[in-house]
Amino acid sequence: MNRSRRNFLKLTGLSLLGLGAKPAWDALAANPSPKFAKSPEALKGKRWAMVVDMGKCREECRDCLEACHRVHNVPDFRNFKDEIKWIWKEPLKAVFPEQEHHYLDEPLKEKPVMVLCNHCDHPPCVRVCPTKATFKRPEDGIVMMDYHRCIGCRFCVAGCPYGARSMNFRDPRPFIKETNPDFPTRTKGVVEKCNFCVERLVQGLLPACVEACKEKALIFGDLENPQSNVREMVQSRFTWRRKPELGTHPQVYYLL
Amino acid sequence: MFDARKVIIGIVIFLVLLTFPFWYGKGKAVPALQLKIETPEIARLAEKKCLEPTAYMRASHMELIDSWREAVVRDGQRYYVTSSGKKVAMSLSQNCLGCHSNKEQFCDACHNYAAVKPNCWGCHNVPKEAKR
Repeated sequence: MNRSRRNFLKLTGLSLLGLGAKPAWDALAANPSPKFAKSPEALKGKRWAMVVDMGKCREECRDCLEACHRVHNVPDFRNFKDEIKWIWKEPLKAVFPEQEHHYLDEPLKEKPVMVLCNHCDHPPCVRVCPTKATFKRPEDGIVMMDYHRCIGCRFCVAGCPYGARSMNFRDPRPFIKETNPDFPTRTKGVVEKCNFCVERLVQGLLPACVEACKEKALIFGDLENPQSNVREMVQSRFTWRRKPELGTHPQVYYLL
Repeated sequence: MFDARKVIIGIVIFLVLLTFPFWYGKGKAVPALQLKIETPEIARLAEKKCLEPTAYMRASHMELIDSWREAVVRDGQRYYVTSSGKKVAMSLSQNCLGCHSNKEQFCDACHNYAAVKPNCWGCHNVPKEAKR
């Protein structure tokens, strides 16, 4: 081989490649990916959804709300501006603004309706999240938050047409009446919302609000399962969804 | 050189400041960390073994916990299969601190020593018995 500059460079390149190959090979070979498993007792569903039976819901009752906020360590800042809510009451006229009209009775307009995150099929909060902290689980359609990744930019707060997202403007810990040790709290600068009780579903339990409702006004189930009670209700009776014209395909159905 | 005196004095001051941490700390040995990681919970265990070998846990616990976080939150997988084939629920507060119930010694002492500030406990709850 003649000692040309060209051959020298070729040889240098090849030997560098050879030097780099071993560490790369070691790094790839030595790291078997950790093994994980799903919990066997988990409730299985392909598309979780909820039906809210407005006729059964008692106006003064706060059972579902309190159960949810207790289980999930939701703080009470005693201040409307900083309010954190996973499930809450909203007057009928605000829940279905497109259905409100001049002749509707005033008490009916003001009738409180339970509202929560709609776990939309096309969630705008997921689209706007720059860190993918909010994501839709492909296996069951739950719109979930990864608080580890949330940077508190509040794009999702602006993006959600249902006001289902709340920002922790202050450290929530001092404002939690009784901390549930089995569920993490949030920290300052993080947005939070209803998670359809994913942590209870994996234990084989229904969402806390559904369990707490004595009137059975909240019904939870798998829409993809033709035998489920939510599917039957949604199929055979006329239900409303919040702001369907926005194309978000909310998965909380309201029974009149 | 213009203003040679000022420039040289400036350079000397700069070098002194730059090397300050080295000569200031010279000869002072930082006392070795004394850890008391035995807990009554560990004493009660029949088999005193962590999920993975101690050397691996010591070196890579942060990576393990990080992979747990991704698995639980992102993939909905709640159980971890250890290298010895045991299936355990992934939980910082219940699994790790369940045995190592002395967080001050088990987590904080070493993290403070190494000046790392993990923010796990900003949200995750420290079990009551581990607070002490």
